Amino acid sequence: MAETAHPSVAKAQGGEPSRRDFLTLTAVALSAVGGAAAVWPFLDSMNPAKDTLALATTEVDLAPVQVGQRLTVVWRGKPVFVDRRPQKEIEEAQAVPLTSLPDPQSDGDRVKKPEWLVVVGVCTHLGCIPVGQKPTDERGLYGGWFCPCHGSQYDTSGRIRQGPAPRNLEVPPYAFTGATTIKIG
Amino acid sequence: MASAAKAKKGIIGWIDHRLPIFTFLDHELGSFPEPKNLNYWWNFGSLAGIILVVMIFSGIFLAMEYTPHKDLAFDSVERIMRDVNYGWLMRYIHMNGASMFFIVTYIHIFRGLYFGSYKAPRELLWMLGVVILLLMMMTAFMGYVLPWGQMSYWGATVITNLFSAIPVVGDQIVSWLWGGFTVDNPTLNRFFSLHYLLPFVIVAVVCLHLVALHLHGSNNPLGIDRKGPQDSIPFHPYYTIKDLFGIGVFLIIFAGFVFFAPNFLGDPANYQPANPLQTPPEIVPEWYFLPFYAILRSVPDILFIPAKLAGVIAMFGSILVLFVLPWLDTSPVRSGRFRPIFRWFFLLLMIDCLVLGWVGAHKPEGTFVLIGQAATAWYFIHFLVLLPLLGKFERPRPLPTSISSAVLTVRGLHPSIKPATAIKEKS
Amino acid sequence: MMQHRLLPVAASLAVIFLGGAVPAQAEGGYKLLQPKSEWSFEGPLGTYDKAALRRGFQVYNEVCSTCHALVHLRYGDLDGLGYTADEIKAIAAQKQVTDGPNDQGEMYQRPARASDFFARPFPNEQAARYSNNGAVPADLSLVVKAREGGPDYVFSLLNGYKEPPAGVKLGAGMNYNAYFPGHQTAMPQPLADGAVTYADGTRADLEQMAQDVTTFLTWAAEPNLEARHRMGLQVIGFLILLTGVFYVLKRRIWSKVH
Repeated sequence: MAETAHPSVAKAQGGEPSRRDFLTLTAVALSAVGGAAAVWPFLDSMNPAKDTLALATTEVDLAPVQVGQRLTVVWRGKPVFVDRRPQKEIEEAQAVPLTSLPDPQSDGDRVKKPEWLVVVGVCTHLGCIPVGQKPTDERGLYGGWFCPCHGSQYDTSGRIRQGPAPRNLEVPPYAFTGATTIKIG
Repeated sequence: MASAAKAKKGIIGWIDHRLPIFTFLDHELGSFPEPKNLNYWWNFGSLAGIILVVMIFSGIFLAMEYTPHKDLAFDSVERIMRDVNYGWLMRYIHMNGASMFFIVTYIHIFRGLYFGSYKAPRELLWMLGVVILLLMMMTAFMGYVLPWGQMSYWGATVITNLFSAIPVVGDQIVSWLWGGFTVDNPTLNRFFSLHYLLPFVIVAVVCLHLVALHLHGSNNPLGIDRKGPQDSIPFHPYYTIKDLFGIGVFLIIFAGFVFFAPNFLGDPANYQPANPLQTPPEIVPEWYFLPFYAILRSVPDILFIPAKLAGVIAMFGSILVLFVLPWLDTSPVRSGRFRPIFRWFFLLLMIDCLVLGWVGAHKPEGTFVLIGQAATAWYFIHFLVLLPLLGKFERPRPLPTSISSAVLTVRGLHPSIKPATAIKEKS
Repeated sequence: MMQHRLLPVAASLAVIFLGGAVPAQAEGGYKLLQPKSEWSFEGPLGTYDKAALRRGFQVYNEVCSTCHALVHLRYGDLDGLGYTADEIKAIAAQKQVTDGPNDQGEMYQRPARASDFFARPFPNEQAARYSNNGAVPADLSLVVKAREGGPDYVFSLLNGYKEPPAGVKLGAGMNYNAYFPGHQTAMPQPLADGAVTYADGTRADLEQMAQDVTTFLTWAAEPNLEARHRMGLQVIGFLILLTGVFYVLKRRIWSKVH
């Protein structure tokens, strides 16, 4: 069986190799494209589904929040801190020299209206939720928030001042849809 | 090209020297000798293998989104259909793929029946195939329960209740299967676990099936052994391309169902959530179980055996009879092509199975009862009475001397044949 | 030989594509009614008539939602009918949904949002039975797929209320319907000419409303139908091309044998 070259091989050396090769190439290429196109929907099914995306934006009514009050809302499964800052806190936040900040950012860059601070309430160190939302909570040395897990301290602009956290509390994408309503996400 | 081939050979050679995967593939898939006269009925084995892969692949992704709890299952399936990206596509592929799997497998089995592929030395190959069929049936049954629709629940109730027909320990077995006093959450949970497991058991048995196949090679439409290289062609490229073409045709039909008639083969009642307090007017299994359902309901009381038990025995018996088929059929000739009387009875068997399926879809009332009983009786008569006798009394047609010589006769002639050239060159 | 191979393929395709053309039968043998204009979604090239969907939604919202839930749909899904985000917000806000518990531990009602599932007319099955003579009004999210005869059945049912024929005694609180299995249903005729005033000005006679609400319910059961049909044409077109290439390659390779 091994000695005689198979007729298909023998013929290929002569007659129509180019036509068969083009056809083979087309077949292989189409199969590859078809295979990739067939696999893609399955991979895409692992992306966030419509119901997950439906909860991607949250509208918050800010009217009930008094000056000096802090509100927690849930956005994409995470807490968001809304702080209606009294004038004293705003001035404190604006007065901090940027060179003293581990993650330099001016207060003006972190708010749309100075009276309202909106930050994601997840510590940028390892993901614990800092305390400071309740009036009885510890707020740390800088008047903002204090993370009990490893001692990170945030100021009245939600910036990291002390402790292992590398970055300021994240400002989520949000916009004012009215004088006292915002849409997060 | 040459240097690239050498470099490739380097890596391939390195791997092959340590784990001979490439030599293995070349031997079993590349140059493996096949009869040169296989017709399109031989495509269905590879087709079944492809569908198995499609079902496992789609099933794994569906399992990422499905919740196997009775209060959440139905809704999780609707979430897949509406919210999950391409969820509807995965679900319809998996749902219709099951039907395709059975159509292809049934055709594959009937091919074996007609061409005598179950005869020596392929008895074990055949029996492994029957094991695969049983595993498929178990997997499909449990899979249908998972959406927890009305038919899921009530079909599960009817079929699990069958086991109570077993004398003495029947009720204990049923409550063990259920994990309770009725089909309920424990049942659903364990069916999900087993439904995920069994396909991989099927893969293992398919591997054994292929090992058994490769020992003696494929049967062929003439049913005579290959005598030498003049009767053979390598699997690649001849049967790789033929299988690919067959897969293409199959995928068109499959896509037709998935995209344009996804619920044609299903039962509307399963789009109603399961209600344990309300039985649907007709409990009907999926189409591929209908013949067995008909047999189950056809058998009356026999002597001291109550009808329920007798029906269960007959239903399982209809598959067990396939196990011993190699010994029931006494004909020295393999292929139905050379068995002029057998051919007609084969046709009758196919019609009988279709009739059984049709009976299974209807309530066991009126003429359906008689027809069902006749068709059930004939099924067993065909295997247990006819085949043993036919082999002894039938006068087969004269067999061709070899496959390649048969190519010159009318039977084996392919329209594109130019007998003068190729055959003479080789022999 | 070629035709021999193609025949089963052609037969299967014929069954699939033309199968829908066979007139459906209700249980009990009544031939189902069909609307005067064909269903826009029928056949392999079917799509949803958005105007009909919106009218049908209006019928559901104003008539059916009093008793029938649509549990698998969210208000946000109505963007498939062509409504804008603001319109959806307004539609949702008309209904109240249960939320909570609040800080006092109580459940409370609030206006629905786009991300909410459709408000349910009854909080649970028992309340539904209590208000409906012991019967539960079926959830309609899947009713078109859950009934033999599909859209034709639902359409027939809505048009099928008649006086019971002589000799048929109706049960207490039951209504005669020519297409409902058993012919007696606890649901009184829900639609009559002019029950709804269509926003787009179409005349709202019984048959029009029945067709529109059935179209809407078909969409509710199969929102992905249009994407499915579109993808189907692309996939089958591609597969025909691919299979054709395979076939030519097969013939070429096999011409060496024999």
